[in-house]
Amino acid sequence: MISVAVDIASVLIGLAMLLAFWRLLRGPDIVDRVIAIDTLYINACTLLLAYGIAGDSALHFEASLVIALLGFLTTVAFAKYLLRGDIME
Amino acid sequence: MRVKEFLLSFLIVAGAAFCFLGSLGLARLPDTFTRLHGPSKATTLGIGCMALASLVWFTVTRREPSVHELLVIVFVALTTPISAHMVARAALHRRLPVWRGEAPPQ
Amino acid sequence: MPLRRLLPHPWRSLGVLVLWLLLNNSLHPGHIVLGAAIGCVLPLVTARFWPSTAAIRRPWRVVAFTAMVIFDVIVANLRVARAVLGPVSRLRPGFARVPLDLTTDVGITVLAQTITLTPGTLSADLSPDRRTLIVHYLDEPDAESVVAAIKSRYERPLKEIFG
Repeated sequence: MISVAVDIASVLIGLAMLLAFWRLLRGPDIVDRVIAIDTLYINACTLLLAYGIAGDSALHFEASLVIALLGFLTTVAFAKYLLRGDIME
Repeated sequence: MRVKEFLLSFLIVAGAAFCFLGSLGLARLPDTFTRLHGPSKATTLGIGCMALASLVWFTVTRREPSVHELLVIVFVALTTPISAHMVARAALHRRLPVWRGEAPPQ
Repeated sequence: MPLRRLLPHPWRSLGVLVLWLLLNNSLHPGHIVLGAAIGCVLPLVTARFWPSTAAIRRPWRVVAFTAMVIFDVIVANLRVARAVLGPVSRLRPGFARVPLDLTTDVGITVLAQTITLTPGTLSADLSPDRRTLIVHYLDEPDAESVVAAIKSRYERPLKEIFG
């Protein structure tokens, strides 16, 4: 039952990532692309957690946490760059 | 055991479904500000549900409490609003077109 | 007072210890010792990077507030789901200006975060004088009801917590 649930979850999150990727390609503004990247990494985190449950492995969790940390920093750096034209202050 | 399995499957599918809805909002809604609503709310609950499922799963199968998934939930719940706020500020700063209604005066 | 010297920020040290134990997902004595050591050193090294802190006046209100926010997050998602799946042309989005009664940095930050996570609204900008928060809403009849709802539901309890 759980493996079926993980299969359904993989399909749903895969579709979600495709939709976000479509927005990444489409734009129209760079801000939309930043939002798309933000969504993509959160979806990747969720997918990794699902794979961790399916494979009964705690390693996936670490990867998920690292992606969440780096993704947040990336989004904030992009947003700051768009606001100020500079990342370091 | 049956109940536990059902609850876990429900959490997994619900988490994935919320992620999907958030991304659908991102792809479908008409302007940058409305597009931010989907990812900032739905994906937070999506990853929250999935982390909760992972917490329950590892606690049950390993027969010892596994609580580090709480870190992911707290971290994402704290950081998603911050990044959404900063992106919205950038969008206001760049004076992106607003669908219906008017942009606030700067 | 040597203890005060060693632990100038006991709550931050405790936070680091809890974070370390959560990261390692264990209560092994070795991890507790290592986490306590890091908890002593890290707040000392990073003390200069900490912005102003706020005192929490009523700890029990924090629990009630958190529970309410978690409930609202679920409501928010059902509403976003309906907005996303329904016809886009029926949405009524717009901006609202929320005048703030909160004055502390922490209070305003928590309010902005809560607004983003809860139904239909997203904090978009804070005016330079920190007295107005610009909020974007996804589907509401008018801006006044959004402002009234935010002020009564979220700002009042936060005002009680942070003053």
